[in-house]
Amino acid sequence: MIWQAFWAVVQRDLMLAWRRKSEGLSAVFFFVVVAALFPLGIGPELNVLRNIAPGVLWVGALLSSMLALQRLFEADYRDGTLEQMALSPVAMPLLIGAKMLAHWLVSGLPLVLLAPVLGLQFDLSGDALVTLTLALLLGTPILSLVGGVGAALTLGVRGGGVLLSLLVLPLFVPVLVFGAGAVQAQVSGLGVQAHLSILMAMLLPAVFFGPLASAFALRIALE
Amino acid sequence: MNIFRANFWFHYAGPQAFYGLAGRLWPWFAALAAVLGVWGLWLGFMVAPADAQQGEGYRIIFVHVPVSWMSMVIYLAMAFWSVLGLTFNTRLSGMMTRALAPTGAMFAFLSLWTGALWGKPMWGTWWVWDARLTSELILFFLYLGYIALTSAIDDQRRGDRAGALIAIVGAINVPIIYFSVKWWNTLHQGASVSLTKSPSMAQVMLWGMLLMAMCFWFYTIALVLFRVRTTILQRESHTAWVQEIAQEAA
Repeated sequence: MIWQAFWAVVQRDLMLAWRRKSEGLSAVFFFVVVAALFPLGIGPELNVLRNIAPGVLWVGALLSSMLALQRLFEADYRDGTLEQMALSPVAMPLLIGAKMLAHWLVSGLPLVLLAPVLGLQFDLSGDALVTLTLALLLGTPILSLVGGVGAALTLGVRGGGVLLSLLVLPLFVPVLVFGAGAVQAQVSGLGVQAHLSILMAMLLPAVFFGPLASAFALRIALE
Repeated sequence: MNIFRANFWFHYAGPQAFYGLAGRLWPWFAALAAVLGVWGLWLGFMVAPADAQQGEGYRIIFVHVPVSWMSMVIYLAMAFWSVLGLTFNTRLSGMMTRALAPTGAMFAFLSLWTGALWGKPMWGTWWVWDARLTSELILFFLYLGYIALTSAIDDQRRGDRAGALIAIVGAINVPIIYFSVKWWNTLHQGASVSLTKSPSMAQVMLWGMLLMAMCFWFYTIALVLFRVRTTILQRESHTAWVQEIAQEAA
């Protein structure tokens, strides 16, 4: 019964996202545009581009998921769905976790799939592309999970969007360091194992605590 | 008055009782801070000898190091009051956290500022992407985030609780950020400038630093108590006892 509710929320959010494709697509398109702007600003020198590629793609992914985060709870907050979730017999963190999973599938997964293509534009080698994709696969869910807490706290608050970035971006520093670091390590010939392990070690607690903390923050917002 | 009994503490968790207590305490802390500050600065600038390598320029250590300590201690104090506020649901905890935040942000900023002033003559650069500098900068951002969030929420109780949550999340993240930045830097290259100080520090220098640290502690306590008094008056302005005070003052 509990997992039925979980999957029902996932399906519902996916369907809503499917019906309003432009919202999800705009954040993904933003990622592509940001990645294309850097070579234009810095110059087409391939040696330079290869060095900055991991950082640029990761920062682009951070900003893009930042944009998507604002919509995580917004619509459900306005039409009262969140209050129904808070009242439902199923534990609220579980339902929030379902929303986060759907949110990641819509806004995080496309970034993971697009990153290798954009990496090609920066002349990354095949191995580096694999590492980049793996690191993003482990790292982007953390962005949704930790960012969800910020999104819940800034619900219905004046200037919520800018405030959300100010709150959440400093917390993303470890993910950025190890995510981009994994690709750097691959390029410079040190193994990537350690970086990916640490990303995983950050992801697992985030899976547990993220929905709990977000549900708590949502209850504050709903009072 | 038995400080080992819970009743004593809950008594002063009430805004009215705490208003009186804070009013009696803050002048003492302010006076202590002034005395220790004069003593510490005198030790630092008059008594302590010039450093063998760094000459007179090192003297900023007497401000820089205590200020950096305070910026971290205050964040911990904010997390402490936040946990207390969320568990016991006391109104005073949120006010204490809010009162601490601007002072903490100021100390974090001063730490970066004095660090830059120290770095320019010693290392020849205002800024290096060293683990400590970077994590101090992020700590500064965390303070700003807390202040921005609490001041953006109109409902004060909601603001207190939302702020408490973000303060706790931030406090959990601070060590992770520190170690990730540290590893990030060592992976790239060895730090071009080492921050480790000479192993044997003269006794008098250490004393000067400790006195300045105590001075900033008491300054913070005095200021926070004073600020909390103002907050209590603002928030409790509908109560009879605050209106009495206002009439007396008028």
